[in-house]
Amino acid sequence: MKLSRRTFLKLSGMTVTAAALTGLGFKVKSAAAAPLRTASAKETTTICPYCGVGCGIICHAEGGKIINCEGDPDHPINLGSLCSKGSALSQVANNDLRLRRVKYRAPGSDRWEEKTWDWAVSEIANRIKKTRDESFVTTDAGGALVNRTEGLACLGGASLDNEECYLYSKFVRGLGVVYLDHQARI
Amino acid sequence: MTNHWVDLKNTDCALIMGSNAAENHPMSFKWLLQARDTRGAKILNVDPRFTRTSQVSDLYAPIRPGTDIVFLGGMVNYALENNLYFREYVAEYTNGSFIISSQYGFSDGLFAGYDEVKRAYDKTKWAYELDGKGVPRRDKTLSHPRCAFQLLKKHYERYDADTVSRITGCPKDKFLDIAAAFCATGAKNKTGTILYAMGTTQHTVGTQNVRAFSVLQMLLGNIGRPGGGINALRGESNVQGSTDAALLYHLLPGYLAVPTSDTPALAGWLDKITPKTNDADSVNYWKNTPKFAVSLLKAWYGDAATAGNEFGFCWLPKPQAGKNYSHISMFEDMYAGKLKGLILLGQNPAVAGPNAGKERKALAKLDWMVAVDLWETDTSVFWKAPGVDPKDISTEVFLLPAAASVEKEGSISNSGRWMQWRYAAAPPPGEARTDAAVLDLILTKLKSLYAGSTDPKDQGLLNLTWNYGSGHEPDPHLVAKEINGYDLSTGKMLANFTKLLDNGTTSCGNWLYSGSYTEDGNMAARRDPSDPSSLGLFPKWSWCWPVNRRIIYNRCSCDPSGQPWDPDRAPFRYDASTQAWVSYDVPDFVATVPPQKSAASPFIMRVEGVACMFGNTLNEGPFPEHYEPYESPLTNVMSGQQINPVVQFWGEADNARGTPEQFPYIATTYRVTEHWQAGAMTRNLPWLAELMPEVFVELSPQLAQEKGISNGDTVKLVSARGEIDVKACVTPRFQPFQIDGKTYHVVGMPWHFGFNGYVTGGPSKDKSYAANQLTAHIGDGNTTIPEYKVFLCDVRKVT
Repeated sequence: MKLSRRTFLKLSGMTVTAAALTGLGFKVKSAAAAPLRTASAKETTTICPYCGVGCGIICHAEGGKIINCEGDPDHPINLGSLCSKGSALSQVANNDLRLRRVKYRAPGSDRWEEKTWDWAVSEIANRIKKTRDESFVTTDAGGALVNRTEGLACLGGASLDNEECYLYSKFVRGLGVVYLDHQARI
Repeated sequence: MTNHWVDLKNTDCALIMGSNAAENHPMSFKWLLQARDTRGAKILNVDPRFTRTSQVSDLYAPIRPGTDIVFLGGMVNYALENNLYFREYVAEYTNGSFIISSQYGFSDGLFAGYDEVKRAYDKTKWAYELDGKGVPRRDKTLSHPRCAFQLLKKHYERYDADTVSRITGCPKDKFLDIAAAFCATGAKNKTGTILYAMGTTQHTVGTQNVRAFSVLQMLLGNIGRPGGGINALRGESNVQGSTDAALLYHLLPGYLAVPTSDTPALAGWLDKITPKTNDADSVNYWKNTPKFAVSLLKAWYGDAATAGNEFGFCWLPKPQAGKNYSHISMFEDMYAGKLKGLILLGQNPAVAGPNAGKERKALAKLDWMVAVDLWETDTSVFWKAPGVDPKDISTEVFLLPAAASVEKEGSISNSGRWMQWRYAAAPPPGEARTDAAVLDLILTKLKSLYAGSTDPKDQGLLNLTWNYGSGHEPDPHLVAKEINGYDLSTGKMLANFTKLLDNGTTSCGNWLYSGSYTEDGNMAARRDPSDPSSLGLFPKWSWCWPVNRRIIYNRCSCDPSGQPWDPDRAPFRYDASTQAWVSYDVPDFVATVPPQKSAASPFIMRVEGVACMFGNTLNEGPFPEHYEPYESPLTNVMSGQQINPVVQFWGEADNARGTPEQFPYIATTYRVTEHWQAGAMTRNLPWLAELMPEVFVELSPQLAQEKGISNGDTVKLVSARGEIDVKACVTPRFQPFQIDGKTYHVVGMPWHFGFNGYVTGGPSKDKSYAANQLTAHIGDGNTTIPEYKVFLCDVRKVT
């Protein structure tokens, strides 16, 4: 039977545990090893969000919370290995410092205020519209049709998904923005 | 990368230069060490500092920061002088045989055609000499005095080993050992790979640094071959994808040159950017540019894009021709008060930007800022950074909570161009949303604010297609399909970019990705680990661009008759009896014509059809030439041109240029395994913060003794732009350079740290530990990538 690396590792892991315990003189009632804490968890595959290698990672989640991240043994590039950053991925998901609410800082203020999405989206869209309209240049000094806004700039983002990058690229051009750059250039 | 990660196992010799791969792309060493174990591959490393990579390499050579072209020029000269280059490859697959115009010349650091006032070249002086049919004349014997190969020889004669040693500070024997080891891969059945990263690119001559790699690899016949290639180790998980999607002012998705004020009409733009050739042998695949461009417009403007309105071309914003809108320019214009609003989708310039102090001042000139991020980044709280009184900053800041990679579904593209699909493991915390949802929410609101507008300036926005399912969470599958492209007459996904047309009947968000999500399904989600060739190609694992071609320029893996240069590593072989190719990879050539014909155009994306040893489209000149960094303690001995003659200068305000008298030491910046880029994704994680909690500056025992500094002392590192208090790490990993009888010290520090987060890099909440407070607004002559890797500083003991 053709085994994936991951299945092979799982099976051999369980066998070794039981045999080792018996060999050491413990009376093991059943031959099966104790179930892994991740046994009933939902498994998904992901790709590491750090460098450009693109290592495969398996996440285990239970009750909507990630309980484990480990290297994907089946991934041809990393074969289950991870560097210290990828190994720490679960701490990106489970972290008190993760932003959970919309925040706003008023002019001259020394603090954040929590706001709702509805409020923020409306305020932001109105500011984009104002800045766009006030700085829009339809034709340049030579009379060429340029249709650009010169007061708005956009940065980001090399860790966005391809689909998000595409939407952002489209969104930015849709607004008429020309100041556009991100990590790729710096 | 021209090749990909697992391919590293196929190499005979890896040159790691401008990269600390063992530290920052650790998985590369899984495959390099396998190459060493199974085929005796040598691992070579060239770096100003003895790094974790140096430790596991077979040979290490030190190099003064900013002298890569000297070292590489020396290797080119070595290969030529010792007859180690792959002559047949050069003659057949490169423009080494092309005869160059008699107007070409080079003298005292300048090529023909330089305009001192404009700081630019008239590149027509570097044109090819054409025959009566308008095709470049060639001499495949490579002996014509004006053929590119002979001009190359003449140019690099000046980079003899003694000169290399003198300028780089690398001991001559160490340079020669590296040159001998790597140039041995010029043998027909040997391949060498070059791994590089920011140590190569982040210089005022960064582009030419990379060009020097390609010239060397062309000379040695290493491109398009297993275990060969020019392999950029990209730094972010999807910087490849974000580059392909053109989140850059000068491009549209798929590397289409952005239309500017010079080309306000579609026809004129397409004419300008579509390469043309009279050479019937050259495939010149970019001739299909109109198909890519019109299909993109159809994707963006849908039914509103018609033949009658130039497919909505007028709605695309046109940057002003000749104006630079890149990062440095953006922050200079922001500093001058010209920019009112800034949107950041996961970027932290308060730490990562060059001259970070000036950039933080620039942010204060904005009316408003929107930051979408997982964390409260240093940038998002620039208004309460150390030394700043919030009362003085009137910028409004909106900080929107974003979903992490494991909380959403979509794809990312690694350095090897593999587009890999990934899944959500758990929902985002609290009210955090995906970046896609944020864009959807804002655009939906904008469209309603502009609804009913008849103002021509608003029509592009109103006509922008945006149909990704119900609700505000765009379905990534629908987006991926739009990127792949549709046949608009049938509504079916296109098989690949060969199906694109320029008549408005096809749509495609990015021609390079066409073929990634077809009627056969989501190719990026494939997980078949089969590898029939054993070369590590994994043709059914994920999908790579273009059209799943794993090694690009792969025609060069065989001779003109179709026989592999090395039968043991042969992704292709032409079988004369069946008149067909035996292929393990997707051919990067026309496989349906005789091999001699496809051998005439092994580089289908170059208008020449061959690789360009002589690179006449770059701003500094057709051959890489050494110039000193913007800030350097040494005078250029190669010529009278001290710095890159085409580099653009930026405002001196808060951007002074330091002199060696004030700042006698050479400084550089770099990364550590435990942290990543501007630090928010790692300094906020307890495990990683514990491993690497503080910033440090590495300096040699010799410099430490000179200044009375002991290991662990706090010192002040100062440049013409700023200063930083940092712990000294006294180490022999840095050794002073002896050049022309004087000693030059180099110091370096990681740049991940800042002033906000779980750890900031030091003990004080009132200090910023961002190394980029020291760097300058100065960039490369082609791309304006900042020169982070070399600048001048002083090291002062803090009593």
